[in-house]
Amino acid sequence: MSEIRFTDQHEWVRVEGDTATIGITDYAQEQLGDVVYVELPEVGKTVAAGDEAAVVESVKAASEVYAPVSGEVVEVNADLEGQPGGVNEDAMGRGWFVKLKLSDKSEFTKLMDEDAYKAFVEGLA
Amino acid sequence: MSAMNNQGRPTGAGEATSSNSIQTYTGNRGLRLEEPLIFELDNPGACGVDLDEPDAFTSRLGSLERKARIGLPGVSEPDVMRHFVRLSRKNYSIDAGLYPLGSCTMKHNPRLNEKMARLAGFGDVHPLQPQKTVQGALELMDTLAHWLKELTGMPAVALSPKAGAHGELCGMMAIRAALAARGEAETRTRILVPESAHGTNPATAALLNYKVDEIPATAEGRVDLAAFKAKLGPDVAAIMLTNPNTCGLFERDIIDIADAVHAAGAYFYCDGANFNAIVGRVRPGDLGIDAMHINLHKTFSTPHGGGGPGAGPVVLSAALAPFAPLPYVVHSADGFKLVETMGEAKVDGTDPFGRMVAFHGQMGMFVRAVAYMMSHGSDGLRQVAEDAVLNANYVLASLKDDLSAPFEGPCMHEALFDDRFLKGTGVETLDFAKAMIDEGYHPMTMYFPLVVHGALLIEPTETESKKTLDQFIGTLKHLAKAAKGNDKTLFTGAPHFAPRHRLDETLAARNPVLRWQPAAPKQAAE
Repeated sequence: MSEIRFTDQHEWVRVEGDTATIGITDYAQEQLGDVVYVELPEVGKTVAAGDEAAVVESVKAASEVYAPVSGEVVEVNADLEGQPGGVNEDAMGRGWFVKLKLSDKSEFTKLMDEDAYKAFVEGLA
Repeated sequence: MSAMNNQGRPTGAGEATSSNSIQTYTGNRGLRLEEPLIFELDNPGACGVDLDEPDAFTSRLGSLERKARIGLPGVSEPDVMRHFVRLSRKNYSIDAGLYPLGSCTMKHNPRLNEKMARLAGFGDVHPLQPQKTVQGALELMDTLAHWLKELTGMPAVALSPKAGAHGELCGMMAIRAALAARGEAETRTRILVPESAHGTNPATAALLNYKVDEIPATAEGRVDLAAFKAKLGPDVAAIMLTNPNTCGLFERDIIDIADAVHAAGAYFYCDGANFNAIVGRVRPGDLGIDAMHINLHKTFSTPHGGGGPGAGPVVLSAALAPFAPLPYVVHSADGFKLVETMGEAKVDGTDPFGRMVAFHGQMGMFVRAVAYMMSHGSDGLRQVAEDAVLNANYVLASLKDDLSAPFEGPCMHEALFDDRFLKGTGVETLDFAKAMIDEGYHPMTMYFPLVVHGALLIEPTETESKKTLDQFIGTLKHLAKAAKGNDKTLFTGAPHFAPRHRLDETLAARNPVLRWQPAAPKQAAE
């Protein structure tokens, strides 16, 4: 059973066991517009919560993707390097960016749940 | 009856025919010419000059000798002339009309500057000429340095950087050298950058291997002072701040910011891109700034991207002055001299961090900037800033009810709008900007600064007349009204009257074709 949480910087993180999958939200991809480039970290790199984990570039802007939780990068979505449009097509699924081996699960539970994030986004409109 | 001329021909425009339905043999449409790439004009053997065939010689290149053509197109001088003149006619330039790009200061480039830059004593000199034969050129560099130091209240200036971002790099290298001199280069690793900064600021910091830390903005579009102070610490090397900032607002807390930066042992880099709004009115040195680049192509009217590299001199505070890069001009009883070596600098009592470029900088730009400064005088430069700010506020005040302004005015040199006025219309900032091309304008800066949604950033500069601004404002009101009236015809697929209609920016970014390839040779008939 996986659980999903969100940040106020519009990243999502889904945890299964001690693996955290990270991406940007559907709202974020919509705001960015067509994604044209994704820069991913090297596998094995350790990131702390709040560190830059990846970069996403659209026709409008380049933005950092921050790690919502701390951990070691165990896998990156190499498909995005050739097909960055995957972020627009399925931000919450196929468009994931990195997988981390979680180092502190309590960081995850502090993040917004789905309802809280939904309310947060509505507040931005 | 209609007006007739004395040969009895009608002088009116005549019956409108649907010009789009007429196909021409050439693909040209009157003065709208279709122009191929210069490689597609290749006529093998054609050349601009006649060169004699070389006499017999023995090549010493061996297997390295080139056997195939090198791929340069064969074109005659008139071919080349027509090609580039035709291309230039597709271009939009400040000489053709209002160019309201925000944060770019697209002001008129006075012709006097051009005349001065073509004087043989400036235009025909070589960097390796003996210095005693170019004393006038060196004096001009010294004069430019003097004006820049006076206008900024700073004791030193490095003239050699070739552009704004290069100037940023130079200023930050001076800061790093100053930190190294006191043994803190290794411990101070973080640079604070406001989230509204020009992209070059974090890029410069990253290039020097610093960690970039963003400072949030307040709801009124300025640096959040409390958040900034909370980020200061013994690992901070510098702050990089633009003032006026990219929202077109003056950072009112700048002296508090400078004091806090210095109390924390760090330096204050100011991005001088927006100096046009304050030239002659505010001296950055008085605000506690340690380094600031000056884009001569913005504030001092040298051409943007015309005729080779630009110039981005950097003024430096007393703390950074000793580390200014080589070369620099000194004046003694023997005349003007370029200090070119570390040995000479040591005698002169300075400690340069090195050098940025091979020679001394971009002479053509120096001459134009000095011509601009001297023809305006100090009172004229002050009026530049006043008129630039007045024009921007005229645009802001005239359009704030038609477009939507995120921050309370008055503004400085540029007027910032967001896309709330387009909400629900199906028209986006991009469509709006493209429709401006059909109206004969270069669009404003869009989607920047990032702190504002769907930003439209307009910098009219002081060189536009009220009449020009009124027509521009009228155009924007017309487009805003059309968008709000759910009339999308002006926007969908715009521009309609440009050499090319809407280009697919996404496809171009995802699959860039950066190199022209000749068409594959036709297969021999079977």
